[in-house]
Amino acid sequence: MATSALSTTLSDNGAVVERHWQELNLRRRTYTFLGLALLAVALSGSLWFANATNAGKFFDRLPYFFDFVSDLVPRDGAEIGRAMFDLPSPYDDGSLKYNYPEGRMYLTDSIYVPEYFYKMLETLNIAIFSTIFGMFFGFILCFFAARNLMPNPWVRGLARRIMEILRAFPEVVIAGFFLAILSLGPIPAMIAVSIHTVGALGKLFFEVVENADMKPDEGLRAAGGNWFERVWFGIVPQVLPNFMSYFLLRLEINVRASTIIGAVGGGGIGEPLRLSISQGHEAKTLAIIILLFATIIAVDQFSAWLRRRLVGDQAFQLAQ
Amino acid sequence: MTVNSMMNTAQMDAIAARHPHLVKGSANKRIRSILVFAGIGLYMIYSWWFFSIGQVLTNANWGIAGTYLADWVSYEVRPDIKIAADGTMQVVYPRYSPLGPDAKPEWVKIETKMVERTIDVPAAAQQAAPKKSSSFSFMAPNAAVGGSADARARTETRTEEVVSRATVNFNSTTSIDVIDGKVAATHGGETLLIDLEHSTGVTPEGALPEWATQKRPGEKITLAFGMTGWADVDKEKISIHNRFPGWANFIFDTNSPFFNKSLSEVVSLITSGDRIDPSRSNLSLAWNNILYNSEWQHLDVWTKLLQTIVMAFVGTLFASIIAFPLCFLAARNITRNGLLNQIVKRFFDFLRSVDMLIWALFFTRAFGPGPLAGMSAIFFTDTGTLGKLYAEALENIDDKQREGVKSVGATPLTVQRFGVLPQVLPVFASQALYFWESNTRSATIIGAVGAGGIGLKLWEAMRTNSDWENVCYMVILILIVVFIFDSASNFLRSRLIGQKTH
Repeated sequence: MATSALSTTLSDNGAVVERHWQELNLRRRTYTFLGLALLAVALSGSLWFANATNAGKFFDRLPYFFDFVSDLVPRDGAEIGRAMFDLPSPYDDGSLKYNYPEGRMYLTDSIYVPEYFYKMLETLNIAIFSTIFGMFFGFILCFFAARNLMPNPWVRGLARRIMEILRAFPEVVIAGFFLAILSLGPIPAMIAVSIHTVGALGKLFFEVVENADMKPDEGLRAAGGNWFERVWFGIVPQVLPNFMSYFLLRLEINVRASTIIGAVGGGGIGEPLRLSISQGHEAKTLAIIILLFATIIAVDQFSAWLRRRLVGDQAFQLAQ
Repeated sequence: MTVNSMMNTAQMDAIAARHPHLVKGSANKRIRSILVFAGIGLYMIYSWWFFSIGQVLTNANWGIAGTYLADWVSYEVRPDIKIAADGTMQVVYPRYSPLGPDAKPEWVKIETKMVERTIDVPAAAQQAAPKKSSSFSFMAPNAAVGGSADARARTETRTEEVVSRATVNFNSTTSIDVIDGKVAATHGGETLLIDLEHSTGVTPEGALPEWATQKRPGEKITLAFGMTGWADVDKEKISIHNRFPGWANFIFDTNSPFFNKSLSEVVSLITSGDRIDPSRSNLSLAWNNILYNSEWQHLDVWTKLLQTIVMAFVGTLFASIIAFPLCFLAARNITRNGLLNQIVKRFFDFLRSVDMLIWALFFTRAFGPGPLAGMSAIFFTDTGTLGKLYAEALENIDDKQREGVKSVGATPLTVQRFGVLPQVLPVFASQALYFWESNTRSATIIGAVGAGGIGLKLWEAMRTNSDWENVCYMVILILIVVFIFDSASNFLRSRLIGQKTH
């Protein structure tokens, strides 16, 4: 009976409600449509622009799209293993392509670390060092940027602006600048990644601190604790698991970042990868990719496991 | 009746004695945290050794760092005062001086006189001997032809106008005065007199002040005036480096007809002046001169910046469009097929774990350098990342709405549309916006490996070690773009999910 009443005639009030609802619906549809149309225009404009300014045109190059697959097929499967473990190749013709033993890191006269393992270790070390460095300074900065601990808006604003600038400043510029001052090597990459990490972690940290429970802080304040004691005994124990979780997330991101920075001249695995791809050394490229892939997965899995242990499932988001 | 809730010290101690684990943390825990800190400390020491950080930092050329940093926001004008054997001088500006071809800056005062001198004219260099400005030889190309016919070296006597005295005023307290083979350098109230002799070299009169250095007697003296510049005094040449704040020729370069004109002059030229180039209006000429400014390359920089923005935009948009249907297959509560879930999830992991760098290098091979490569790299990586995040969001939805829609007999597609989508769409959009913003930043880096955008331009400018002002310009543009996108994405996300997240 209720349905029949609705379908036939509405009361005056009902009709008004019905009309408003229709209007609302129409307006929402119009906005959605306009938004999508705008997106479509922006997208087609962007695609045209990208295609017009690219060196090769999309449709001209499309047939060559899978060229890189053929660039990756080595002369024989065992070559990948030889490239990875620096074993001499039967195809060695004196060219760079097959001289795997070059670049071995000899620990003693006979025991060596294969070049790419060493480079991978270097990249990993860049990431870990700069994440620890970033955590240290982000940790110090975040308490000055949190509203609940730093009532002075000037100090807070200053700390936040510092972190914003550190975060937004292009890493490649920092790396390039220090590359010009220091010699070639991994240290410019470390400085670049560290500086970015201070900003990124500092921001995540102060958001955690702002959400902290202030009751321990109140208790310490009542007992006459100074600012340092309040932070150290009231806030830090609460936020430390979350900090560690963000630290691990950042570590995952930094492994990737230090690979990329390495490719533009900062040491580590990125540089041999870029060189071997551009010179068409299939076996070397594959060896590096496998190594990199395995490392990234290992770091991701380790960090996911540790994070689950530290904070449980709830803080399981990925941030970049 | 009141109960005194305060305890005295003895009572507190008694409680502490009864429950020691409440007052003192467990030994295990304390030892663990000490171990963690010790481990981190040891690791840092190891890294210090592994990368030989100390050694690299001490070997670094920190002096040059200051110059590079100063180059970000200032520029140098570098006239050379060349001193011939007879004590006559010549003030020469380098070819691409920021002051343009016919520089006569006020801070260099020149006194000239006419002398008669005998010089050896070598056969080949004859044309070059009398220095002509480029505009002069361009206007009168015949002037040089007569001389070049004569191919033998010979001696010639001619009357020339030479510089007898040159005074360079860096600022009110710093100046260099050169006359008759003697240099008087004044800085901060001290004056250093230097004798220049072709036989004995450079000799200072009296002790060197703090701002002057000479490595060995007779060799050149370097005068450092801090931010105002520096100078090298050698027996045949005094190199002046006068530093000015700001960016030189930011709007018009030295080849432009509008170069070195004040704003009002430029405006009046554009609005009412005669056409400089008969084929087009002064406004279009001025605009063209700005866009193709040879030093700053505005048009190129803006194009590259737009490429970076486009790369991030299209890459993220495509990634979310592709990840959207796939994530329904990956979520175990939507698609009840464990094998399919796992396959799609591992596919996401694969896309994510093959680094953006590797994708960028591959697509650069496929499409050639340019934004298509960067776009595809972002697209591939972020399909993995967004797919994973979307699938996690789907797995966390509230099942009641789905059950409700299902209970009225809706088809599976309708169940997703009305039972699932309204819950997750704001989250999906917010994640996509977050990655759009963060990709704008990462697009700069992958650009440097050839994947298009401003990254490569930045990298090239840095490799020259002399275009730091261009680096600064691009960094400022990037920072502006990042801040705009940051706020735009924050605004849109807070509208979408009703609260500020990041």
